[in-house]
Amino acid sequence: MSGTSTIAKQPAPAGARPGAGRVPLARLRDFALVPAILLLVVVGALIDPVFLSAANITNVLQQQTELALLVLAEAIILIAGKFDLSLESTIGLAPALAVALVIPAASNGLGTELPAGLAIALCLLTGLVIGAFNGLLILRFKLSAFIVTLGMLIVLRGLQIGITGGQNLFDIPPSVLYLGSAVWLGVPASIWISGTLFAVGIAALGFFRHGRAVYAIGGNTDAARAAGIRTDRVVWVVLMIGGVLAALAGLLMTGRLGSVAAAQGDGMIFTVFAAAVIGGISLDGGKGTLFGALCGVIVLGLINNILTLAGVSAQWIQAIYGGIILVALVLARLTSGKAQD
Amino acid sequence: MTTSQQAAGSAVGAPAPAAEARGVSKRYGPTVALDSAGIVVAAGETHALVGRNGAGKSTLVSILTGLQRPDSGEVRFDGAAAPSLADRDAWRQRVACVYQKSTIIPTLTVAENLFLNRQAGRGPIGWRGLRRRAGELLAGYGVEVDPAALAGSLTVEQRQLVEIARALSFGARFIILDEPTAQLDAGAIDRLFGRMRELQASGVTFLFISHHLQEVYEVCQTVTVLRDARHILTRPVAALTRDDLVAAMTGETGPSLAAGAARPPVPETAPVVLDVRGLRLAGFYDGVDLTVRAGEMVGLIGSGSSGKVAVAETIAGLRRADAGTVTIGGATPKPGSVPAALAAGLGYLPQDRHREGLVPLLSVAENATLPIAGQLGRAGIVAPARRRAAAERMIQTYDIKTDGPHQPVSDLSGGNAQKVVLARALANEPTALVMVSPTAGVDVRSKASLLGAVTDAAARGTGVLVVSDELDDLRSCDRVLVMFHGQVIRDVPRGWTDADLVSAVEGVGQP
Repeated sequence: MSGTSTIAKQPAPAGARPGAGRVPLARLRDFALVPAILLLVVVGALIDPVFLSAANITNVLQQQTELALLVLAEAIILIAGKFDLSLESTIGLAPALAVALVIPAASNGLGTELPAGLAIALCLLTGLVIGAFNGLLILRFKLSAFIVTLGMLIVLRGLQIGITGGQNLFDIPPSVLYLGSAVWLGVPASIWISGTLFAVGIAALGFFRHGRAVYAIGGNTDAARAAGIRTDRVVWVVLMIGGVLAALAGLLMTGRLGSVAAAQGDGMIFTVFAAAVIGGISLDGGKGTLFGALCGVIVLGLINNILTLAGVSAQWIQAIYGGIILVALVLARLTSGKAQD
Repeated sequence: MTTSQQAAGSAVGAPAPAAEARGVSKRYGPTVALDSAGIVVAAGETHALVGRNGAGKSTLVSILTGLQRPDSGEVRFDGAAAPSLADRDAWRQRVACVYQKSTIIPTLTVAENLFLNRQAGRGPIGWRGLRRRAGELLAGYGVEVDPAALAGSLTVEQRQLVEIARALSFGARFIILDEPTAQLDAGAIDRLFGRMRELQASGVTFLFISHHLQEVYEVCQTVTVLRDARHILTRPVAALTRDDLVAAMTGETGPSLAAGAARPPVPETAPVVLDVRGLRLAGFYDGVDLTVRAGEMVGLIGSGSSGKVAVAETIAGLRRADAGTVTIGGATPKPGSVPAALAAGLGYLPQDRHREGLVPLLSVAENATLPIAGQLGRAGIVAPARRRAAAERMIQTYDIKTDGPHQPVSDLSGGNAQKVVLARALANEPTALVMVSPTAGVDVRSKASLLGAVTDAAARGTGVLVVSDELDDLRSCDRVLVMFHGQVIRDVPRGWTDADLVSAVEGVGQP
């Protein structure tokens, strides 16, 4: 590429030295939460020996799988420089709609009684359509992502209540329950699924052109467009992937709990943002890694578990959990050294 | 038009020009940005494109880089017609532009920026290989930047070099530099010129845009002048004196607004109402001294990077200087505080009236009386009748075209909105008035009445500082101060010619 150049070397302009120190440092930032996770494991083990039991660890991880998928979705969207608050409603509406379409009207269904085998496909399709619709409003009509998805959060929640009549759905077809309740090789399927999707996401965003385009768009959209990246198309795809991941999270949650609650996912989006930001994802876009986001999820899961094991009373656990999230954000701000917006 | 283009074409000689635009016109709504203008850049030369603000340089660049489609006219590279606008890759192989605004993504590494969207083929990206390729590319052009560094940590100079290297790596041999020296210090400018000469020797063609004419003489062989959306001339730099170049940029200066001629000179005994001493703000200006006497009008002119607006904002308290003092009417307001500056008797007309000057949805009356709301009633109550009366007086005085005091200012035309801002700035009879680009976006008639109102205020004893690029704004000033690279370099008394002032602003004849 530069072989044709005939330019002699010039005295170096003042500024950054070609130094070796930078890369390892940048890498280290991705692992910033690993010591925190280890510390929490030690604390947990000291508080209650049950903590380290395989059953407990499996339980903690399985409970975090739905949050993990939402954080995966939100992290990619945030890296692309956008927002999606409606994920927490998609996690409820997508399975509720799919289930309502296949169960009889007597069980609060819609009476269409489509084949039960279609339920999973319908659920994921719902997520895809929601993501595509968000994309339409944000990219085509140039509306603010924050307000669009806030509006969608309310609309989708309302749709779920309208469709189910405000009832929990209990008559769930076994195909819908399978993913959230099956155990593969001694480990819950949901953990396999979340782990695999995170691995795919980390590889795609770290090592593939289209994944790097997401970072470029979040970092400087004009520059990305100038480099030939179809910015709107990439963001649209990212929003649709986000919707599908949220719908999948809904399936896992439905399978784990055995029903679709009327308020499924209600309030989760705050935890999602907290995990993403603690994990080093910038709300400005273009910064952070999915591995960091995963660490954020694990940290929050461990804290929650430790509080429960430590016997903190149920009435106080929410306040303490919220306080710890704030402290973690402050620590993340101090270690990254940059202001969060 | 056509004759000058033919002259340009024949001066170039045998090989096909690296880039040419012929008979290019472009309109944005009612504004003509380019009127069958053109440029012919011969292969292997460094070609300067100069013109005052609004002459059409940016539009021509965006047409030459394929970001805008001309309404008429054609663009050719190396004798062949330009590719279609959708084919970005083809454009990037022919032409690259280093804009003043960075097209680097600060959160990614230098290596990734260099190979953005072409990091790898279908497979995964090999980061080690990418950094190695980036290192080779940068070393090939003698750019000593660490490929693994975050692009956001680069200096402006390094960033430009990375962008030039990236452009060359696409195979482009025609590079447009859009005011590359505006943010560089003298050493960096020298290094940039050295590098441009080396690249030119290896066959790269440059189109160089600058507001500093001495740079044109230093590094360019040919110069094209645009004025008022038209092509004025293309000549070898060596065959064009600086005076001729400045004359080409400003045009024949006909009898202009003679508004200032009738004003009597300000007596030496008039008190100083605005006194600025040794003002310094790193990165903007250094060692600025200026005084304005009661009843005096002083102009402040300079290019976009001269720091003139920063000086005005410092006086108004929007910025806080690192050193130096601002005295308004004998008092020294607390630095960096707008209320303190206003309390000391300053009227301020901000540069961007939409952002800083007006509350668009509030009525004319509310906007005009914001600073004197305290005088319209007791204990913080604003009496509507009094406000209405005050606003109607202002509408009368400043000849504001409006349905009445109740109309939202967002409905007013640019000139009338600016009059509201001016009326407000003058509402409490300030001892000193600072105005930034007071007639920007204002039509000719409103311009005259705006400037008339300012002259009247000066006659009543207000000291006025007009910060502007528009020569017409400065004609009624008693003297004009010229800023260059953050310093006041000249104090021009009334009676200047356009050429005098423009050449001073462009830094011609500077040490």
